[in-house]
Amino acid sequence: MAEERLKSATRILTQRGILIAFILFMVGFSVVSDRFMTADNLQAVFRQAAIIGVMALGVTLVVICGNLDLSVGSLLSLSTVLVVDLHDKIGPISAIAVTLLVALAVGAVNGLLVGVARLNSLIVTLGMLSAIQGLTLIYTGGQNVDIQNQDTTWFAIFGRGAILGVPTQILIFVVLAVVMHVVLAHTPFGRRVYASGGNPTAAVFSGIRRGRVVLATYMTSAFCTGIAAIILGSRVMGSQNNVGQGYELLVLSAVILGGTSLLGGSGSIAKTVIGVLILGFIQNGLLLLGFAYYVQWLVTWVVIILAVWLDIAAKRGRMFSPFA
Amino acid sequence: MNRTLRWLSRNPIWGFILLIFVFFSLANPFFFDLQNFENILVQTSTIGLIALGMTLVMINGNIDLSVGGIVALSASLVVDIQGWEIFAGWGDWQLVPAVAAALLAGVALGALNGLIVWWTGVDAFIVTLGAMLGIRGIVFVYTKEQSFYATNFAFSDFGSSNIGPLPTLAVVFLVCALLVHWLLSQTVHGRNTYAVGGNRQAAVNAGIRIGPHMMVNFIILGFLAALAGMTLASQMGASTPTLGQDYELWVITAVVLGGTKLTGGAGNIVGTLGGVLAIGILRNGMNLMQVPAFYVLVILGVILIAVLFLDRQLNRKGQEGYRL
Repeated sequence: MAEERLKSATRILTQRGILIAFILFMVGFSVVSDRFMTADNLQAVFRQAAIIGVMALGVTLVVICGNLDLSVGSLLSLSTVLVVDLHDKIGPISAIAVTLLVALAVGAVNGLLVGVARLNSLIVTLGMLSAIQGLTLIYTGGQNVDIQNQDTTWFAIFGRGAILGVPTQILIFVVLAVVMHVVLAHTPFGRRVYASGGNPTAAVFSGIRRGRVVLATYMTSAFCTGIAAIILGSRVMGSQNNVGQGYELLVLSAVILGGTSLLGGSGSIAKTVIGVLILGFIQNGLLLLGFAYYVQWLVTWVVIILAVWLDIAAKRGRMFSPFA
Repeated sequence: MNRTLRWLSRNPIWGFILLIFVFFSLANPFFFDLQNFENILVQTSTIGLIALGMTLVMINGNIDLSVGGIVALSASLVVDIQGWEIFAGWGDWQLVPAVAAALLAGVALGALNGLIVWWTGVDAFIVTLGAMLGIRGIVFVYTKEQSFYATNFAFSDFGSSNIGPLPTLAVVFLVCALLVHWLLSQTVHGRNTYAVGGNRQAAVNAGIRIGPHMMVNFIILGFLAALAGMTLASQMGASTPTLGQDYELWVITAVVLGGTKLTGGAGNIVGTLGGVLAIGILRNGMNLMQVPAFYVLVILGVILIAVLFLDRQLNRKGQEGYRL
C-alpha cells in the first residue's frame, strides 16, 4: 500500500514536474525578495512575457503538428520594421493590415514548402530565417526606423496602453491564448493538428488532408508573430532591423519547457503558457536578486534539460537512457 | 559522362559551385585571381572547421546548436589567458597555456553535451538548444561583457602568416578536413558513425556502444569549434563576447548544402567542403561586385531550400506526390 502510494507520488512528481518547479520558483523568489510578489512586479513580468508568449502560442501549433518554425525571429524583425515604417506613411490601420498580410504570406510559403512539397521543416524555416532577415535589411537599407509623433498616435494602445486597467498586451496574450486553446482542444481542426503530428501516415489514411493542416499551423504561427510585432512596435515606437534575432530559439525554449514534445502529437496551449511564464519569472526573479541579466541563460540551460529529462524519464519509466 | 551527371545529380552543390565560379569569373575581373582564392579559403576556414565536426554529429543523427558559444568562449580564453601576469615572463610560451585552456574548454563542453545526450536520452536538438543559451551565459560571466585584446604579437601574426605559398589558416583547415575525411571513410569509428545514424536500433544490436560513440563525435566537434574560435581571434587580434552568434545556422546551412541528411546516416566531408565553399565563394564574389551583404542572406536562404527541393526531385523514390 505504502509502496503504491510512493509510486503514484513519484508519478505525479514527474508528470506534473514542471508545474511543481514553477510553484517552487514562485515561492522561493517571494521568500528571498520582498519585491517579487507585488502586483506591480507580476504585471511587469506578464508584460515582458507577452511578446514571446504570443509567438509561442503559434509555434506550439506548429510543433504539435510535428514541425519546427525557426523563421519567427526574422519574421518578428520584418513585421516590426514594416508596421513602424508604414505607420507614418499610410496610417496605423493600413500599416497593421499590410503587416499582418505580409506575415500571413510568409506563413503560407513555409506551409506550402513543408506541407505540400514535404520538405524538412527545420531546413525550410532555417532558409526562411536567413531570407527574411535579408529582406528586412534590404527594405530598411540597413537603417533603423521609428515613428515621428509618438505622443499623439492611438497606435500606442497596443504596447503602452491599458483597457479597463489591464495593459493591452496582457489582454491580447490572454485572449489569444484562450481562443487558441479552444481551437486546439475543442474543434475538429485541433484534433487534426494532433493527429497529423502524432502519426502522419495514419492521419492521411483517415482522410485528413495533412498539407492543409500544416499550412494552417504555419499561417497561424506567422499571424501570431505579426501580432507580437504590433505589440513590440507600439511599445518601442521604433525598430532595429534585427530586433527579433534569437527569438526563434527563445520561443522554442518556452514551448519545450512547457512540455510540448518536439516529436509532435502532444502538448497544449496551457503547457506553453506555463513555459512562457517560467522563463519570464526566472528572468525577473534573478534580476530582482541582483544577478546580471546573462545569469538567467545559465539557469535556463539547466531548467530546460531537467524539465525535458524528467518528462522523458517518466514516460520510459527509468531515469537513465537505455543507450549502452 | 553519364557517371558525371549521376554524381552531379546526387551532389547538386558542386554544379552550383561551378555555376557561380564561372559567373563571378566572367562578371568581375578581380575574382579569378590566386590571391583572391587564398582569401576565400581563409574566410571559409572558420565556418569550415566547425562544419567538419558538425558533419560527424549530423551523420550520427544528432545536431549541435551550441557551437557559436564554444567559438566565443575559446576566443575569449585564448586572448585573455595569454595576457595573464603569471605568464608574463614566458615570452611566446605564454601561448601554450592559453591555447591549451581554449581547446580544453571546447573538448569539455562537447563532452558535456555528449554526456547529457547519452545519459538522459533527451534529443540532441533540445540539449544543445539549452547549451546554446547556457554557454553564452558562461562567456558573459567569464568576460563580464568585455572584449579582450591580444597582447602577444606572435598570436596575431599567426592569423595572417603563410606556410609556403598558402595562408596558415587555410592549411590548418585543409589538414583538418583530410583528417576528418580519413576518420569518416577509413576507420571503424567512421563506419559506426554511419551505422548509428542510419539505424540506431540496428547499431545497438550490432554491439556498437552508441552512447560513448556519439559523445566522441560531440567532443570532436567541440574541439574543432574551439579551434575555429582561436583562428578567428588570431585574425582579429581580439575577442568579443558575442563572437560566433548565428554560426550554428551558417554551419548547419553549409553541411546541409553539402548533402548531409538531417535524419542521419548519409553525408560526407567532400560534400561539406562543397557546402562551405559555396557559401564562401558567394560571399566573396558578391562582396567584390559590391552587392550589399543583405542580398547574400536572401540568396543563401533560397538556395538552401532549392537544394533541398532539387534533392527531393532527383532522388525521390516511393514518396507521396504533391497534394494540398
